[in-house]
Amino acid sequence: MTDKNQSNDEQTPALSTEDQSTADLRAADVSLDTAGGMLEPSIVPVSSQSGASGPQQNSLMRRIVMGNGFVSVLAVIVALFLGGLLIASTDAQVAKTAGYLFARPTDFLSALWSAMTESYVALFQGSVFSAREGFKPLLETMTVATPLICAGLGVALAFRAGLFNIGAQGQIIISATLAAYVGFAWHLPFGLHLLVVIIMGVLGGALWGAIVGILKARTGAHEVIVTIMLNYVALFLLDFLLNTAAFRRPGDNSPISPRIDESATYPILIPGSRLHVGFLVAIALTFGVWWLLNRSTIGFEFRAVGANPVAARTAGVKVSRATILVMAMAGALAAFGGVAQVSGTEKVLTGGVAAQIGFDAITVALLGRSKPWGTFFAGLLFGAFRAGAVQMQIQTGTPIDIVLVVQSLIVLFIAAPPLIRSIFRLEPKKKNKTPKAAPKAALVNASGGAK
Amino acid sequence: MSATTTAPKSGSTALPAFRPSMKVPLSLGILALLALVFFGFLGPDQTAEMKISDAGDAVAVPALMIPGQVGGVVFGIVLLAMAAYSIYLWTQGERSPKWLPIAFAVVFVFALLVWIVAGARQPSISLAGLVAGSVTLAVPLVFGSLSGVLCERVGVVNIAIEGQLLGGAFTAALVATMTGSPYIGLIAAAAAGAAVSMVLAVFSIKYLVNQIIVGVVLNVLVSGLTGFLYGTLMVPNKEQFNTPGRLDILPIPLLSDIPIIGPILFEQSIAGYLMYIAVAVVWFGLFKTRWGLRVRAVGEHPQAADTLGINVNATRFWNVTLGGAIAGIGGAVFTLVTIDSFTKDISGGRGFIALAALIFGRWNPIGAFLASLLFGFAYNLQSILGIIGTPVPSQFMAMLPYLVTIFAVAGLVGKSRGPAASGIPYVKG
Repeated sequence: MTDKNQSNDEQTPALSTEDQSTADLRAADVSLDTAGGMLEPSIVPVSSQSGASGPQQNSLMRRIVMGNGFVSVLAVIVALFLGGLLIASTDAQVAKTAGYLFARPTDFLSALWSAMTESYVALFQGSVFSAREGFKPLLETMTVATPLICAGLGVALAFRAGLFNIGAQGQIIISATLAAYVGFAWHLPFGLHLLVVIIMGVLGGALWGAIVGILKARTGAHEVIVTIMLNYVALFLLDFLLNTAAFRRPGDNSPISPRIDESATYPILIPGSRLHVGFLVAIALTFGVWWLLNRSTIGFEFRAVGANPVAARTAGVKVSRATILVMAMAGALAAFGGVAQVSGTEKVLTGGVAAQIGFDAITVALLGRSKPWGTFFAGLLFGAFRAGAVQMQIQTGTPIDIVLVVQSLIVLFIAAPPLIRSIFRLEPKKKNKTPKAAPKAALVNASGGAK
Repeated sequence: MSATTTAPKSGSTALPAFRPSMKVPLSLGILALLALVFFGFLGPDQTAEMKISDAGDAVAVPALMIPGQVGGVVFGIVLLAMAAYSIYLWTQGERSPKWLPIAFAVVFVFALLVWIVAGARQPSISLAGLVAGSVTLAVPLVFGSLSGVLCERVGVVNIAIEGQLLGGAFTAALVATMTGSPYIGLIAAAAAGAAVSMVLAVFSIKYLVNQIIVGVVLNVLVSGLTGFLYGTLMVPNKEQFNTPGRLDILPIPLLSDIPIIGPILFEQSIAGYLMYIAVAVVWFGLFKTRWGLRVRAVGEHPQAADTLGINVNATRFWNVTLGGAIAGIGGAVFTLVTIDSFTKDISGGRGFIALAALIFGRWNPIGAFLASLLFGFAYNLQSILGIIGTPVPSQFMAMLPYLVTIFAVAGLVGKSRGPAASGIPYVKG
C-alpha cells in the first residue's frame, strides 16, 4: 500500500511501462505545484511517494531506533500499572470495599494494592525466583525466551531495512514443519542429525521469507499484506500435513507427529530444567545480527535502504537485492525459533507448535527498538511474562491474557514517546504542544533530505 | 477504485504508445486452459447433482444434473471464449471491461464446484444452502472490509479490523446480556468498534506512530482485554454476562417466499439488512457526494486537500472512527446472529480475511462486498467439502482467500493499488 509505489517506480516495468514511471517521477515536483486540479491518480501516487514515503519511513526508523531507554522503562512501568488496575477492577475484594469507599478508603486501597501486587508476585515467582524452587523458574524463562529472541531478531532485522515482517509466525511454522519431519522421518547419526534438522528448518524459513522479498522487489506487493496472508497459508499447510499419513503417528488419528529422534534434539544445558543449547544459539545469533548490522557492508546497505531507499539506490545499493536478502535472513532467523520449538522445547510437531511466538516477536522487536541486544533483553522480558503467566494463572486465577494486555500497552507507549513524556510531564516547557512538537521536528528534519 | 479506473485514461493521453497490461488477458487465458484440462479432460465421470430448492419450499425447482466431464469441457470452452475476447481486446489496445473478470470468476467458481462435487463420494449438494451459508459467513467480512475501505480511502491503514470485530463481538455479548436487549448490544458493539478505531486514530494521527504498528498492537491488545474479561467475568457468571440472545430474524413478507434468493436476501436479521444498506451508503457516499470527494482527496493527496481548505487530520479521525463503528457491528454478528455467546478470540482471523477482501475488491465498497461474498463462499465450501467427502483437502480451500490475495497484490490477477497516501501520516507545513 504505502511502500509498494516506491518500489513500483523502477523495478516493475510490468505494471506500467518504464518510460511512464520515470516520466512520472520527473513530473513529480511539477505535479505538486499544480496539485489544485491534479488529483489524477496516475501522477499523484508517484509524486506523493517520492516526497512522502521517505519521511514516513524515516520517522518510523527514528522512532524505533533512536528513542531513549528511559522511555522504555517508564513504558513498562505504566503498562504494568494499567494491567494491575485491570486485574483489580475484576477482583471481588476490591469491588466489595469499593462499596464503602468513602466510609473506609484505606480498606479499598489495601484491597486494590493486594489485588494488583498478588498477581505480579506470582508472575515473578513463576518467571525468576521463588523460595521453593530457587532460580529454576529463570531457566524456564530462558527456555521460553529462546524462540522469541530468534523470531524477534528476524523482525528487527527487517525493520532496520524498512520492512515490516509480520510473517515470523508463518516462517516459524514452515521451519518447524521441515525440522520436525527431518527429525522423526530421517534417522541419521548423532551430531549430523541435529545439524541437518537445523539446516533444513532454516532453509525452509529463509525460503518462506524470501518469497515475500521477491514479491516485494519484483512486483511491489506490500510486505505486510503478503506476510499476513502467508502466515495463514503456512498454518493451513501444517494443518493439512498433520492429517496426512506421512506426518501422523502410526495408528493414531490425532494431528500430532511422532516424537523426533533423540539425535535430533538440542542437548539440555542444565540438568533438571528444559533449558537447551538453542539458548546459546540465540545468543550467538544476537551477536551475529549485531555484527551484520554494525560491522558488515551488507548490513550497512540494509540500514541505508531502511533509512531512505531512494538515496540508497542513488548511492548504488541494489535495493531489490537487499530486499530479497533481508527477508530471507529474517525468515532464517525466525526459523531458528521454529527449530528451537521442535528440537528444544516441544520435541513433537502439533498444530500449535508456533503458539503466538511470531506475533509476540513483533512486540519483542519493537520493545527492543530493533537493536539486536535490545531485542535479546526484550525477548527475555516477554519470555518471563509467558513463563510466569502460567504460574500466575494457577496461583491467583488471573487469566494469561493479561500478559497480552501488558505487552501491547508497553509497545503502544514505546511507539509514542510523546505520550509517555506527557504522562510524566518530562517536557514541562511545552506542556500543551508536547505531543505534536517532538515528532514534527523529526519529520521536518527527515523530509528536508527527501524533497 | 478511482485510481485504477481512471489510470488508463490519463496514461493514454500522456503517452501515445500506451498499451494496457497484458496480465488480465494472460491470466484469464492460463486459468481457462487449466480449467479445460483439469475440470474437462481429466474431470470426474460422475454426475453432479445441484439441488436448487429444498423439499419444503413452495415452488419446487428440479435439481441441476451436470455430468462431471462433459460439464467441465463446456465450462472450459466458455472460459476460453471469454479469455479469447479479452486477448482480442488487448490486441486492439483496449482494456478488458470490468464485468469480464467478474463473469469469468463466476463461471470458473461454478466449474470448480461441479468438479469438486462430481468427484465426491456423495455427488450431491444443495445450491441454495451453499449460497445462503456463504452470505451468512460473509456478513462480518463485509462489515470489516467496509471499515477497511473507509480507513484506507482516507489514508490510514487499518490492520486493526480483527481487533474491531473482536471488540464489537465482546461488547455486543456483554451489553446485550446486561440490558436484555440484543439491539442495545448492537449499538454498543458499534461504539466499541469506534473506540478501538479511535485509539488507532489518536496514535496514528496525533502521535504519528506508524499505523501498521498500532494496528498490529491493537489486535493483540483487544485479544488480551477480551480474553481477560472473558476469563474473569463471563466464564464464572455466564448467566449474568454471556447470554445475549439473538437478533430476531425479520423476514420481509412476500419477498422472502421467492425461491433461492428469497431466504438469502429477505430473511435476515437487522444486521444482515444493515450490511446491504452500509455497502450502498458507503459506495454512494464515497463516489457520489462532496464528502466522498474530500475523503478520497485526503487519501490520495493530503497536501492538495489541505491547500483546498480540507482539515486533513479531522477528516481522517472521523472517517477512521466511523469505520470502526461499522466493523463493530460486524463483530456483533458473531455473538448476536451466528451463535448466542462470546468465546475467546471468536473472530478467529476473520479480520484479516476482511483485509484481504478489501484489497481484492480494490478499495471499492462494492468490490469489497463481492470479494467478501467470494471468501465467504470459500469458507462455506470448506466445511461442506468435509461433509460430502471430496478428494480435495479442505485446508486448500481455506488457503484460497489468502493465496488469491497474494496474487492480487503481486499484480498477477489485475492490479490492486491502494490510495496513494494510505499509511503516511500528514503533518501540516
